[in-house]
Parts: sequence; C-alpha cells; structure tokens
Amino acid sequence: MSKQSLIIILSLVAMISTTSPVFGSGGENLENANINFRDTAAVQRGAKWFVNYCFSCHSASYMRYNRLAEDLGIDKDVVLRDLAFADVRIGDTMDIAMRPKDSEAWLGKTPPDLSVISRSRGNDWLFAYMKSFYQDESGGWNNLMLPNASMPHVLWQLQGIQQPVWSTHDERAVIEHLELASPGLQSPQEYEQTVRDLVTFLDYLGEPSKVKRKNVGIWVMLFLVLFTLVAYALKVEYWRDVH
Amino acid sequence: MAKPASTLAKRADELMNWIDKRLPVTAFWNATMTGYYAPKNFNFWYYMGSLALLVLVMQIFTGIFLTMHYKPSATEAFASVEYIMRDVDWGWLIRYMHTTGASFFFILVYLHMFRSLLYGSHRKPRELLWIFGMLIYVALMAEAFMGYVLPWGQMSYWGAQVIINLFGAIPSVGDALTEWIRGDYFISDATLNRFFALHVIAIPLALLGLVLLHLVALRENGSNNPDGIEIKANKDENGLPKDGIPFHPYYTVKDIFGVGMFLLLFAFVLFFWPEVGGIFLERDNFIPATPLVTPEHIMPVWYFTPYYAILKAVPDKLLGVILMGSSIVVLFFLPWLDRSPVKSIRYKGAWYKVMLALFTIAFIRLGMLGMAEGTPAQTIEMRVWTFVYFSFFILLFFLSPRGKTKPVPDRVTH
Amino acid sequence: MPTDGVNKGRRRFLVATTTVVGAVGAGFAAVPFIQSWQPSAKAQSMGAPVQVDIGKLEPGQLLKLQWRGQTIGVLRRTPESLSLLSEVTPDLRDPQSLESEQPPFAQNEARALKEEYLVVNMHCTHLGCIPQMVPQVGPQPFQENWKGGFFCPCHKSKFDLAGRVYKGVPAPTNLRIPPYSFIDNNTLFIGVSKKGAA
Repeated sequence: MSKQSLIIILSLVAMISTTSPVFGSGGENLENANINFRDTAAVQRGAKWFVNYCFSCHSASYMRYNRLAEDLGIDKDVVLRDLAFADVRIGDTMDIAMRPKDSEAWLGKTPPDLSVISRSRGNDWLFAYMKSFYQDESGGWNNLMLPNASMPHVLWQLQGIQQPVWSTHDERAVIEHLELASPGLQSPQEYEQTVRDLVTFLDYLGEPSKVKRKNVGIWVMLFLVLFTLVAYALKVEYWRDVH
Repeated sequence: MAKPASTLAKRADELMNWIDKRLPVTAFWNATMTGYYAPKNFNFWYYMGSLALLVLVMQIFTGIFLTMHYKPSATEAFASVEYIMRDVDWGWLIRYMHTTGASFFFILVYLHMFRSLLYGSHRKPRELLWIFGMLIYVALMAEAFMGYVLPWGQMSYWGAQVIINLFGAIPSVGDALTEWIRGDYFISDATLNRFFALHVIAIPLALLGLVLLHLVALRENGSNNPDGIEIKANKDENGLPKDGIPFHPYYTVKDIFGVGMFLLLFAFVLFFWPEVGGIFLERDNFIPATPLVTPEHIMPVWYFTPYYAILKAVPDKLLGVILMGSSIVVLFFLPWLDRSPVKSIRYKGAWYKVMLALFTIAFIRLGMLGMAEGTPAQTIEMRVWTFVYFSFFILLFFLSPRGKTKPVPDRVTH
Repeated sequence: MPTDGVNKGRRRFLVATTTVVGAVGAGFAAVPFIQSWQPSAKAQSMGAPVQVDIGKLEPGQLLKLQWRGQTIGVLRRTPESLSLLSEVTPDLRDPQSLESEQPPFAQNEARALKEEYLVVNMHCTHLGCIPQMVPQVGPQPFQENWKGGFFCPCHKSKFDLAGRVYKGVPAPTNLRIPPYSFIDNNTLFIGVSKKGAA
C-alpha cells in the first residue's frame, strides 16, 4: 500500500469515526450505564427485578424460559417457579396475560414489549430513564428522559420519591436536577446498582447470543490471522518472480 | 510407489481430455487466468474488485439461508427476524454476516469506484466496463434498499415511505406511480411482499448478469493500472506484454492474501461491533414498524446519505429529486467528462489533485450531513458541498483538456 | 520474467498449506449453515412432551392426539384382545420387535410399558398413512381369520393390536412406539421415557 493511499484511508476512518455523535439517537451526554454483559450474577439479579417489577405489564415475547435457564445457569424448575407465571411450559416465550386492548384502556398506552428495547433505546438511555422519575406538582409521575411518559415509577418503593428542583434559565423555568424528597428501601447507591442490574438484564434480553458471538469471534479472528499469515507467505514466495 | 502416482496422473489427464472435448474448461482457464496478463504494478486499490465479488457470493449464500426462516408478511416479518436471531441455531451469525456484508459491499464498491477516479480506469477503451460497473452500483442500491425494508422495523417502514414518495415528485403521474409501487394506499404487506421477491431473486439475477458483463468487458481490454498506460503497447518477442504477469498464479495468490486481510476486518466488525454504533444497524429499526408514529429522525442507511443530503439541500421537492437523480446519472458520463490526455492522477497536475480531494471531501461530508438532524447551518453546508459535488464534473469537462500534465513513461513504475 | 532458481518444494508446501488451512476454514464456516437446519428453539418448544389424561379412557377405546406433528394413539386394551396377541404370532413379520423402533421398555409382546395401554405412533411404517383400528374379531374383507388390529386403507398393510406388522404386506416394520412414561396412574407423558429426563 502506498503512503498516499494509507493517508487517504486513515483520514477516511478518522472522519467517519468522528461522526458517530451525530446520530447517537439522543444519546448525547448520557452517563455510561457501565454494565458488564458477562456478569451472569448481575443478569440473574436483573431478571428477578424484571419479573417482579416490569413483567406484569411488559412482555418479552421473543425470549424463551428455557433459554433463560440455560444462559443464566439456573435450573429449569427454579425458572418456572420463580420467574414464570403459573401454567407456562419451559419452552414458552415470556408473554404476559394482559391483552393489549385492556392495557391501552387501563394505562392509556400498550406497554411496549421489552425484548429488544436495549437495542432501540440503548443501555445508557435505559439507565438514565430508570433514575429520572419524579413526582410533579400535581402528585403524578413524570420522567426527565421521556416527558409525560405514561409509565408510572414502578420502582418508587426502592428508590423513594424524587422531586424537581427548579431554576430560571432565559426567563423560563427549567428543572435543574432531581432531589430525593423521601428515601426508599434502598440507598441511592443500592438503587443505582439495582438499575444497573436491570439494564444488564435488558441488554442480555436484547441479544441473548452476545456472549457466544464474542467468544466465537475470538477463535475466528485467531484462525484468520493464521490463514492470512500463510497466504502472505505464499504471495511473497510467488512474487519473488516479479520483483 | 512412483508407478501408481503416475498412472493416477495419467488418469486425471485422460479425464481432463474427455471433459475438454465436451466443455472447454482448460481453454477457459488459460484464456482468463494463466494466459491473461495483468499489469504488475497493481496496488492496494486493486483488491476491491475481487473482494466485492467475494462479498456478492457471501450475500447470496447467507441470503438463501435467511430466506429459509424469514417470513415476508407485515404481521410476521419483525418477529421472524428476531426468531432468526434467537431460535434458529447460528441464525444470529448468518444474519449478521448478511447485514455486515451489505455495508461492506458498499465500502468496497465505493473504494473500487474511487480507484477509477484516481487512475482513470473508466477512460477509453474501458467506457463500457465503467457503464456496467455503474449499472451494478445502481442495482446494488435498489437491492440494498429493498433488503432494508424486510426486517419491517420503523426505519424500514419510514425509509421506504420517503424513498417511494420520491417518485411522487414526478409531475402528473407521480401519485399513480407511488400507488403502483406500493400496491396499496400506504406501505403495507403488499409492498413488503413484492420487495421481498425483488430482493431475493429479481435483482440478484440482474446483478449476476451485470457482473458477468463487467468481467467480460474487463478481460477484453485488460485492467488499467496506477500509471494509466496500456501494457499491451509494449510487448516482448513472444507477444506478451513486458509489464504484464499472468493473473494466475500471481494475482490469485495476492487476492487470497487480500481475502485474508479483508475477512479479518469483516470478522472484527461482525463479531465485536455489528451495529457499528447505529450505522450498520440503526437503533430505530429495532422498533416494529407502525404507520402511526414517525421516528423523530429518519435517515437512510449510511451508503445512501450523500444523495439524501443533496435531496435535503434543495428547498423544492421536484428539483431536489432531479438533482439527487442527476448526482448519480452524471457518474455514468465520467468517461467522456474527463478529456485529459493522461489517465492517471500521477501524471495529472495539481488541478486534478485539488479537485478530486474536494470532491471526496464533499461526498463524505454530504454523507455525514445526510445522517445529521438538519440544523439551518447544516442545510447551508449541504448546499455548499452539493455545489462542490457538481462543480467537480463541470470543471473536469472544461479543465481536463487544458490542465497541466506530466510526461507519461513508456513502462509502468514498479 | 526470470523463473529459474525457483524453490519448487517451498511453493508446493505453501500452496498445500494455504489450501489445507483454507479448506479447514471453509469446513468450519459450513457448520453454522448446516446446523441452522436443525429444529429451532421454537420447533423444539412445540415438540416438547405432552401430558395426556387417560383417566376417562374406557377399555377398548382409542384416543388420538398430536405430538411433533404425528398422530399418537393411546389404546386401552381389553384382557381378551391382550390374550389374542400370542395367537397371531406365526402370521407376523417381526413378532419380537427386533427390527422395529420402540423404547427398550416396549420391546415385548404387548409393546407397552403397562400391558393395558398401547401408546403408538399411528403413522404406517410404509408411507405414513394412518391405519384404521378394526378391533372386531372375525372375518373381514381383507382377512378371513382377523383377530383385531389396525388396517391401513392406503396400501392394505395390517398390524395387530400391539402395532405389529403382518407378513405379506408393504409395511416393513411394526408401528413405531414413541418414548413415554406415566406421571401417575391416570396421566401419560408422551415424549419422555422417564420423567425428568428431557
């Protein structure tokens, strides 16, 4: 490769890599959720939070219980007992009993299926979302990340109740930050860990084969390095004729 | 033990003879591989063609396997993609190969086309070669667009909405035409079903035919090279080009090495970064398509965004569509727009280097702006780069006959 | 081009090495594509074992159900029909079920875990039609001394009430017995030989 081409390629790569923030799906300046997708214990804890707090309204219709048992290293009977509704089979998907029509009547909007929510929203957004619920002046729930969200703060008992602190900016009232008005069962640090576990689980839910993908990837890369080295030696040998 | 080996070799020869009398395999191999002389000074840019062919084969192969599990129906498509990603053994790998392959196909094709701009590979006598290449590029865009609709996510749906509505800009027949393309009054199951048919069989067949023509046209005059000189003008006493080497084994072994390098990069993206931060796989496409809610920020996949930016830069619907169409059509005329006496950038003056640099920056910036939200400042910038994009072709036509050149050597530099 | 002084041995070695490494890679790459044809998680889930309540099954009654897209028959045999099983043995092709497909526990005369209940894959081993049960003992259009059994209308294969095939018919082997077990006296579990073992 000539020096010229190398410069062109490198500058292309540089230009393209700097564009990423342009389309970060509203992901600017979000705190890093800092999850570890290989942390099976965190996924297990997240699964428990998910089943206890989200699963009554949100389905995960592409996820099968037996896959969950296998990937999380939990016994199938334990999964059926602790994580599933009564009357499901181990090969079933994580559906909910609530019918979309009913939920629309009760909640104003059908709660979305959460199977791939981590892939559409991103982990950082979900992390921020679960920490941004507050009680507004009318006493109802609202969220900084998704104003006027129809979802109530289902984790309020754990987190406690946050209220906004207002300030004036360009003669408009804006929320400066949220303040914990009454503490919940968990300390702020514990609550953050809870949310992180939950996001770790949602990340797993979005792509259950991620661990396998990366593990397989390492072997494929190693093999390709070997192949490329052999191919290079072959090329050099034949090109002795030309040089 | 020498005897059995030699009889085996004799048997093989006999078999080859038998076949050759019925199908000219050896003659074909000699004509296109061992007896085909390519310039010996190919550089990095000359890997792209064979790699693009590799990706084409890979796309067809993985595509066939995806078709075995995918359901082309508005109610089932999204779920069937997740079914592939979860329930089918290794389905995630096959799908990621296909999505990553789509983007890499365009990366390779863009680099392959850029090579032409560098070394004048589209110039006489290779005009038809370039035209076939351009037709491949256009077919590839149609193929990629329809493929992107199939997962039936929000971006599939609204991307299709925007692109199909472009046809609505055509005066008087526009509305009837869009309705005919959709087969319904909105993007629906009927649209998805026909796009599926086109994506899996019609356009791939056309692509294969065009690739064949592209290769036949290439073999007719042989490859150009970084010096832009005809190696056939300098032959030795055996009538072989002095600067040529047999394609096989020299370029086959070189291309195999190229395949290794490429697959390393390809596998890295596939296994460790398949979404490429929302560029190869857009976030909004993980939301099932719904006609009721438009995503906040619609944009086509990255390989279309330069043209999308040109569309957005023009404040008039029809004019925008015309300008966007022209930005692709003008490329077809490139062999006749460049009238410089030399082909390669190596022997063109600074005028061409500056122009090509500006053109490249314009294309990339347009691509980036095509993905952006579209602030007023960005709209102005898009207009500037659109102007630069088209200026390249106009200036090329007028400057190239007069632009300074350097003396071209008789033999390739190596 | 100077091609003398070429180390042919080295070239042969490198060509061979590249070919072998490439072929190994192609082999590995083929695995995911081949395995993608295996029954998916969804198919496996739908093919999971089924529970059947047999508490209300009368003697002589046949219950048909679906498992993995196959029709499974559960027949509660009467003592009389069980006693007739040994009488037809000379007319059968494989009375000991040596060449037929069944779980080990069903390789006996009654071809069953509990003699009383025949659990059988109803599809004829010839070409997959579903034979009719003809339990009546006595002359039939297809056989004079009929002792009760199954008769396939497609190609006239005959089986006794243990699903064993008669001689001189197109079907090569006895009807297949699926893996099954009893959860309790009234509940059958089709698809798993022993409870708990998936």
